[in-house]
Amino acid sequence: MGHTIAEKIIAAHCGRDDVRPGEFVDVDLDLVMANDVTAPLAIREFRKLGVDRVWDRDKVVLVGSHFVPAKDIASAQNMKDMREFAREQEITHFFEPGKGGIEHALLPQEGIVAPGEIVLGADSHTNTYGAIQSLASGFGSTDCAIAMATGKTWLKVPPSIKAVFTGKRKAWVTGKDFILRLIGEIGVEGANYQAIEFHGEALRDLTIYERFTMANMTTEAQAKCGLFFVDEKTLEFVGPRVKRAFSSYEPDPDAAYARVVEIDVSGMEPQVAAPFLPSNVSDIADKAGIEIDQVFIGSCTNGWLPDIRTAAQIMRGRQVHPRVRAVVIPATQQIYVEALKEGLIEVFAEAGAAVAAGTCGPCLGGSLGVLAPGERAVSTSNRNFPGRMGHRSAEVYLTNPAMAATAAILGRIPSVEDAEALLHESVTA
Amino acid sequence: MNIQGRVWKYGDDIDTDVIIPARYLTLTDENELGKHCLEDLDPSFVSKVQPGDVILAGNLFGCGSSREHAPIALKGVGCAAVVARSFARIFLRNSINVGLPAIECPSAYDTAQEGDVLEIDLAAGTVTNTRTGAVHQSAPYPQFMLDVLDAGGLVPFTREKLAAERPGG
Repeated sequence: MGHTIAEKIIAAHCGRDDVRPGEFVDVDLDLVMANDVTAPLAIREFRKLGVDRVWDRDKVVLVGSHFVPAKDIASAQNMKDMREFAREQEITHFFEPGKGGIEHALLPQEGIVAPGEIVLGADSHTNTYGAIQSLASGFGSTDCAIAMATGKTWLKVPPSIKAVFTGKRKAWVTGKDFILRLIGEIGVEGANYQAIEFHGEALRDLTIYERFTMANMTTEAQAKCGLFFVDEKTLEFVGPRVKRAFSSYEPDPDAAYARVVEIDVSGMEPQVAAPFLPSNVSDIADKAGIEIDQVFIGSCTNGWLPDIRTAAQIMRGRQVHPRVRAVVIPATQQIYVEALKEGLIEVFAEAGAAVAAGTCGPCLGGSLGVLAPGERAVSTSNRNFPGRMGHRSAEVYLTNPAMAATAAILGRIPSVEDAEALLHESVTA
Repeated sequence: MNIQGRVWKYGDDIDTDVIIPARYLTLTDENELGKHCLEDLDPSFVSKVQPGDVILAGNLFGCGSSREHAPIALKGVGCAAVVARSFARIFLRNSINVGLPAIECPSAYDTAQEGDVLEIDLAAGTVTNTRTGAVHQSAPYPQFMLDVLDAGGLVPFTREKLAAERPGG
């Protein structure tokens, strides 16, 4: 019996030729990451371990992302604690706001994560790095503390779901829509304790950024990780960034899967996840016309440069709807600077959108766009549970960036025809 | 390790955003976090719950973020354990790591009412409802997880282990 990609990566990190789902193994980690929400607790627990130094100062990454720039005194204190720990431990990769951004765009951008490695991240969306076949998974602060001290953790080898995407997508349909459809299909518990392995010709056509979006939201099905094949697009992204040798893996033809899910993308429309579950997914046409109060374009899910470009293309020369406020946050400082150079920031500013530099902000109801009771938002982020972006009665609809930007202009959830009409208008104007 | 506690019963998909909302994530103290536990789900919970009580929940308790503040808040408010039909992967692990037992036991959930008293035997993996007398079997914890819970969490457990590995330790 052959092995899945997850089984091969795990075996290579515990000195074994063969591991099987359900086994408990101790693995050597390649990287440990925490942010300004999870690091303070991790540092406190680290201090209780009776260890003076982190296991490897080059392999512990600390990123200010959630409540940055500090939104209040408590968050300033948490950043201060993290900063002092980073100095004391001489951490190589410590990022202040304005110099980094959201960790899940930042670490790939900086070549800090690579294929074939295992990453323990104290943030649920650590799964993102699976787009470049890094077996990256979200953990809590205590696991992070132990990992910072030892460079190891225990894992239960996960069974894998084979998710096969076939067909050719239509215009306006993105990786975001692929993953929303998958979550709609398998549910928010669909991959609990399991890995998702992505297959199919429809994925070859996706940009690496769309694959990041897909791996990112495997978290919403509770997957331990979401792993892509390494192809020429992966190498094109990783090649100039990663300065060390890495391995890539393919599953054996006779690998065993817990389940195979096939999705034909040929007829697919842009998707929307309605409140209050990321699995509450339908064609966007089914929700078109619902009036909204806020649009958020950004987050670790859809804050990449191509996402920002798409939004700008739609908002260029137009005004955010009078009833709506729009918030745009490129995920990292580098993306922000590139957007600035391309004139995209000007497009948003002139359209009446608020633009900020790389932070999680409104995605988790942190800052820069928290929702009041009863308000309704369209967001390119990843979750829409009660209270996720503010008050528990506020409603969040998750979409791709083009649909969110169209919603900002029209003041309502759009259809594909609405987006096409907007763009056509700009051609003829 | 045995636990006996009165039940507070909730539904499916109780996510970390309602167990402890993001507006409290700047807190790190167990008791402070406990004051806001479940407030977006049941604002009266913190005034009703007594030390030693047990949360009983449906499918996928603790889904959402990796915030360890969630099980810490439950501990802080005095919960002795969480019994659920199922748990989200990260919550289950965080919960055991901070020393809060989390037991997957669908039949215990399906047959219990709020206010029932559950007796939990972690080593045997049994959950007994004292009202109905029914004994529900869950998958027992692996030994190392029992050892982690006995030690009071993963940090004290690892501290002892690292001290023992140290030369002359």
